[in-house]
Amino acid sequence: MKRLSLTLLLLAALCVVGCGSSDDSSSSASAGAASCKKGQLATEKQGVLTVATDKPAYPPYFEDDDPTNGEGFESAVAYAIAKQLGYPPAKVEWTVEGFNASFAPGPKDFDFDVNQITITPPREKAVDFSAPYYKANQAVVALKDSDAAKATSLSDLKDAKLGVQIGTSSLEEAENEIEPSSRPEVFNTSNDVVQALKNGQIEAIVVDLPTALYLTAVQVPEATVVGQFGAGSGEAWGALLEKDSQLTGCVSAAIEELENSGELEKITQRWMSQAAGAPELH
Amino acid sequence: MPSDRRLEREAAKRRRHRRGQAIAALSSLIVLGGLATLILTSPGWPEVRETFFNWDVFKDSFPDVAKAFWLDVKIFIVAELAILVVGLVVALVRIARSPAMFPLRLLSVVYVDVFRGIPTILLVFLIGFGVPALRLEGVPSDPIVLGGIALALSYSAYVAEVYRAGINSVHRGQRDAALAVGLTETQALRHVILPQAVRRVAPPLLNDFVALQKDVALISILGPLEAFREAQIIEAQLFNFTPLVAAALLYLAVTIPTARIVDRLGGPEGAVR
Repeated sequence: MKRLSLTLLLLAALCVVGCGSSDDSSSSASAGAASCKKGQLATEKQGVLTVATDKPAYPPYFEDDDPTNGEGFESAVAYAIAKQLGYPPAKVEWTVEGFNASFAPGPKDFDFDVNQITITPPREKAVDFSAPYYKANQAVVALKDSDAAKATSLSDLKDAKLGVQIGTSSLEEAENEIEPSSRPEVFNTSNDVVQALKNGQIEAIVVDLPTALYLTAVQVPEATVVGQFGAGSGEAWGALLEKDSQLTGCVSAAIEELENSGELEKITQRWMSQAAGAPELH
Repeated sequence: MPSDRRLEREAAKRRRHRRGQAIAALSSLIVLGGLATLILTSPGWPEVRETFFNWDVFKDSFPDVAKAFWLDVKIFIVAELAILVVGLVVALVRIARSPAMFPLRLLSVVYVDVFRGIPTILLVFLIGFGVPALRLEGVPSDPIVLGGIALALSYSAYVAEVYRAGINSVHRGQRDAALAVGLTETQALRHVILPQAVRRVAPPLLNDFVALQKDVALISILGPLEAFREAQIIEAQLFNFTPLVAAALLYLAVTIPTARIVDRLGGPEGAVR
């Protein structure tokens, strides 16, 4: 009994230390565009811009799992942002940053991270986001010969067993828009979701539309994009930066310039153009 | 009326006891206080408190994580029952002496070697995704069932060895005596050897169950929304790690009581046999 109470006491003590109520730190303190001197930003590594993404890096956002080749949507966007900031491709370095690590507290070893990360207010408490560079719809993927593939509306999918990847906003979107009768299964990686679909452990995948198109074109040709949804809300992806980074304003300004000049549209057209073709689900 | 010497001896004993307590209290204060100071004054502490020990996030996420934890509890209870049976069967096969049992004995050795030798997470993954891919009629494809089977297979291999050690630790004379009074081999095993063996290995057996109660979280890789997965989902939504701390507390809530039971079983009265 004595030992038990000591353990409890220790736990309680830890909680007194740890569970203290939080004081909200002020959010969104981005440096003005004034300090964005081309090629001379206060980057992690002097003189170079360090960009991060997860590994493996999937098409159509990256090609051949190699962010440095400039191929794929996010690779192209990153190099375009870098160019706007005064860093030619030779002055851009890539680093691998897992999704969880990208928002863990502590010093970051990248200047910004592009990893199809949706901007949401709760997340903005932990990190900075740039202005959005893409608005993604959600899509439903199912095996061609399945019942789910015949769905013409979101309510047709209510009783389907859904699967999503962890960390994606697809889960929230699926729960809010489809309102499934049982909760979706949540997998570690995109590959695991696909395996579960092939195995018949789930009947449909909910995923960002560009990913859905890649999956059906390359990874699971026996599957089809049933349709897309969420056109109204449209998830906005932004570059992720350390909380209160001095670079946030600069990166946002660069993205806005790319948008105004039509360059961003061109990149989007080149890598994500198929996204327009999928039928809409309501 | 106690003698003076006795009174003096008792007084000295009390003084020693009080001194011991004072030293224990002081050293606890220094060590624990030092650790707390080190953590609380570290430059990253405010940020860590905000992202790992955020009370508001804890309050909001705890009910969801706790609800998901119920799935963990159900899985490990069923798995533990299966493990007790499978482990015993494997151990009995392995100690059987009959020559006819040789192929089964060989299988049991291979089973223990293989399933104890593969990382549990890998086993969960291979069985969870591999078995349904075979597309066999009547074989379950539910990830919860498959994950539970994977855990049961892995832990049964450990528990079989624990049983075997227990059975081997019962003195040979016990068996001989049982046979001498007219029991058959099976009866001797059932009524004389096993009861002693099982009582002896109860602490290491429960020790394996403590490990299993944490490893249930591995099933999350197959998709089911158990506590760790639920916590990860909220973590990714909020970019805040507090839900994972909430999940950790829930696992502790079952593993610490089990550990206390282990302590009691292995306590002073069991120490000398």
